[in-house]
Amino acid sequence: MPNTMTLPTSMIEPAAPKQRGYWGSVGNRLRYDPVTVFFGLVVLAIILAAVFAPLLAPFDPYKESIIGRLKPLGWKGHWLGTDELGRDILSRLIHGGRVSLLMGVVPVAIATLVGGTLGVVGGFGGRKVNTAIMRTMDVFYAFPSVLLAVAISGAMGGGATNGMIALSMVFTPAMCRVAETATAQVKNLDFVEAARATGAGTLTILRYHILGNVLGPVFIYASSLVSVGILLASGLSFLGLGVKPPTADWGLMLSTLRQSIYVNPVVCALPGAAILITSVSFNLLSDGIRSAMDVRM
Amino acid sequence: MAMIDPDRGGPAQPLLIARDLRKHFKVKGGAPGAVVRAVDGVSFNVFKGETLGVVGESGCGKSTLARLLLHLIEPDGGELVFDGDPVGEIRGISVNALRRQVQMVFQDSSSSLNPRMPVRDSIAFGPYVHGKTKAEAGRIARDVLVKVGLKPDLFGPRYPHELSGGQKQRINIARALAIEPRMVILDEAVSALDKSVEAQVLNLLRALKENFNLTYLFISHDLSVVRYISDRVLVMYLGAVVELGPVQDIFSRPKHPYTTALLASRPSMDPARRIEEPPITGDPPSPINPPSGCRFRTRCPHAEAVCAQTQPVLGAWNDQDSHIAACHMQVPESGHSLAIRTH
Amino acid sequence: MDGGVVPTLAPALVSVEDLTVRFVTRDSTAHAVNGVTFSVRPGEVLCILGESGSGKSVTLRALMRLLPPGKTRISGSITVDGQDVLALNPAALRRLRGGLVSMIFQEPMTALDPVYTIGDQIAETVMRHKGVSKTVALARALELLELVKIPSAASRLNNYPHELSGGLRQRAMIAMALSCGPRLLLADEPTTALDATVQIQVLILLRKLQKEMGMGTIFVTHDLGVASEIADRIAVMYAGRVVEEGPVADVLANPLHPYTRGLMASTVHGQDRSRDIDAIPGSPPDLRQLPPGCAFAPRCSLAAGECLSAVPEPRFPAPGRMARCVRLGVPAFA
Repeated sequence: MPNTMTLPTSMIEPAAPKQRGYWGSVGNRLRYDPVTVFFGLVVLAIILAAVFAPLLAPFDPYKESIIGRLKPLGWKGHWLGTDELGRDILSRLIHGGRVSLLMGVVPVAIATLVGGTLGVVGGFGGRKVNTAIMRTMDVFYAFPSVLLAVAISGAMGGGATNGMIALSMVFTPAMCRVAETATAQVKNLDFVEAARATGAGTLTILRYHILGNVLGPVFIYASSLVSVGILLASGLSFLGLGVKPPTADWGLMLSTLRQSIYVNPVVCALPGAAILITSVSFNLLSDGIRSAMDVRM
Repeated sequence: MAMIDPDRGGPAQPLLIARDLRKHFKVKGGAPGAVVRAVDGVSFNVFKGETLGVVGESGCGKSTLARLLLHLIEPDGGELVFDGDPVGEIRGISVNALRRQVQMVFQDSSSSLNPRMPVRDSIAFGPYVHGKTKAEAGRIARDVLVKVGLKPDLFGPRYPHELSGGQKQRINIARALAIEPRMVILDEAVSALDKSVEAQVLNLLRALKENFNLTYLFISHDLSVVRYISDRVLVMYLGAVVELGPVQDIFSRPKHPYTTALLASRPSMDPARRIEEPPITGDPPSPINPPSGCRFRTRCPHAEAVCAQTQPVLGAWNDQDSHIAACHMQVPESGHSLAIRTH
Repeated sequence: MDGGVVPTLAPALVSVEDLTVRFVTRDSTAHAVNGVTFSVRPGEVLCILGESGSGKSVTLRALMRLLPPGKTRISGSITVDGQDVLALNPAALRRLRGGLVSMIFQEPMTALDPVYTIGDQIAETVMRHKGVSKTVALARALELLELVKIPSAASRLNNYPHELSGGLRQRAMIAMALSCGPRLLLADEPTTALDATVQIQVLILLRKLQKEMGMGTIFVTHDLGVASEIADRIAVMYAGRVVEEGPVADVLANPLHPYTRGLMASTVHGQDRSRDIDAIPGSPPDLRQLPPGCAFAPRCSLAAGECLSAVPEPRFPAPGRMARCVRLGVPAFA
């Protein structure tokens, strides 16, 4: 092909529109969304508190005290009071965030990886592959998620690891369905057909044209699952199927403190408040990100 | 790009021969055995360096035909011969080799370009798939952008949503040209564009064709555009070819009543000579159960008994100048009262 | 045909004065319509001709106040049959829509409700506006389907929209729009999605019904050919302004504004196959950042310094003709 071809100037486009790129406009939308920014900062604070727990906690979270049990807020430097064994609530909440966040994030990450992969394969593959994967997932889907989580960790025994495995199994089918739907939608778009017309193979098309367009919805869904993960994890611990005492964990704290609700109701409610604030913050953050990413330009 | 023998068959060998192409789709939720006869025995030649226009209304199968030619949809029957080589046969060329030489430009739509990719990467994708390094593919993308009239530094890094419809269509054309095809299928490539932009893109397509010795298959519902850009025209109705011939012949002496009606349906562009009576009435029938015999007979002003009984055949073409139509009136002794006479 | 001859004494049915529509979002403000003034007399067909982004559909929707109120800023005045449309309360607006004014759309599939039969939908509109019984309304629906020449109308009453072909669906939508005898019909590209052989049938039908019923009609289209078939007058819009207006035959025979000329040259219609089309270079302006002067100046071969400084005022070079161009006397493109 001769490389010297000059178009008449009348055929040359004079200028390109000056705009931000996709991520630029998503960032810009987020900047002007005070609610999302606020809850983003709350989530960041919770994460940082969990990471730097040993530095931030004013007391040893495991140090018990016979005389200082179930003391009210502000008692002897214990800002948030003490629990039924005299341990500092604030320190236990800060440390407990580590377990709760881990239980919320790790299963979602595993589910995203496993479910996402299965979903993309199911969505892009032929009808038989799709049927095999999606019907298997539907079996898991048929059980209510709490019941399934309780049943799985009940059968495998308690502990943080088993709890995470249980939650991963709960989240995987949902993740798979989201990825499958997104993939099937993208698969039928013209640019994928155009890529096939250039002679590209399946894997190349998956890598360059499908993944980039599927990751968005998958990540948005994953971020909304984190709050569910934290809630379910706390629920498992509350039922004694999650982490074991004396580990600091919000669900477990709620469970042990609940017997003391008539002695010091405010202190007993604190782990519940921590769960609530964290899960609401994650939820609103993921909501904000979703609406910011929903740019149809 | 590995140059594939530029002109294997010589100038007289048609670049693409389609023989009896067929595609029937199952009707979802329809009666068992109900099929849409989207493309039902279509045969034609595309000669080297020409533009073959394909016209027809929605549902006539022209878009399905485009996809069959690239095997984006597997044909149920028929064969393709590209420059003398049968496609998909042992002694011929593979589908992938065909796709290296025939490219397609889709109608500009929100989905014609990957929204998460800068357009230069969309263009570089083709050469990359065909074995170029990323750097080489990037350089090709820059070159092609210049060829379609877009400054590479200005437009290359942009995302599709940042471009106008005309600019996106130039990108689509650039993407098709990036792997240096010999033939480009343009499926309603200018239909979604505004008139002023459509004119720009048509000019560009003409310039590109001249510069790179391209062969076009130009699919459109717009007769005026097809008349302007095509050398020969193929008219489709309900999955079958009803008329094929040089553009002047089709537009000045149409042989098939459907072509006549299509031509007469174009707005007059003159308020003093408005069309007072519709050239034909009714809508095109559903391709699920096309009428028996001649498919056009239900709307044809000249329909007679013979039209319901036997399906008219298109007749054989000899060369680029053949003008043929699938109509009983064109066949002597067909039984139609208006059939031409041979003397 | 009566290419543009309309009774000059009749008072305007619609008059739009200095209509401005802006869409305000978090990121930007789009100046969709920028000071549009026109009027339509009873029985007259005005075609608003323009490309995408010209503001033609927005203008049409503003006439019925169909734009989303939250993010739309409308100013100027719209008077339909003596009523100030922008000041109407919700109840009066409902009476206006579908009663005095009705609208047909490009895609009947989205404008018709998929879960009701054609007959029920038309009857429902008739009952709502005329307060008649269902039986009477259904009889009226049948009349209407016959009026729009739907074959075997009686059985079509019981069809759902998806059971009809594109052309029949469009006819059914026209029947519904005409059900309450509107005085003003708004048509938004109603034939654009139709096949060529069907488009001309619908155009001829609309032309005939409009004449018989004496409706004022505003017909939005991007297609010069369609305008030439149906318009009495045309208003050419570009970047939210009417740049040229006049009787259809005059405008098509002797376009004044360089954009109208460019549009006609760009429209493929029997051009010399051996030459390039005289296309207008460039793209329409970004409605979020309109240039201070004539919006067409950056693409115009006749543009001069004065075009860039201020938006050209309307000029009236001949009776009934208007063009917003400061270079009107300058000979056409070389």
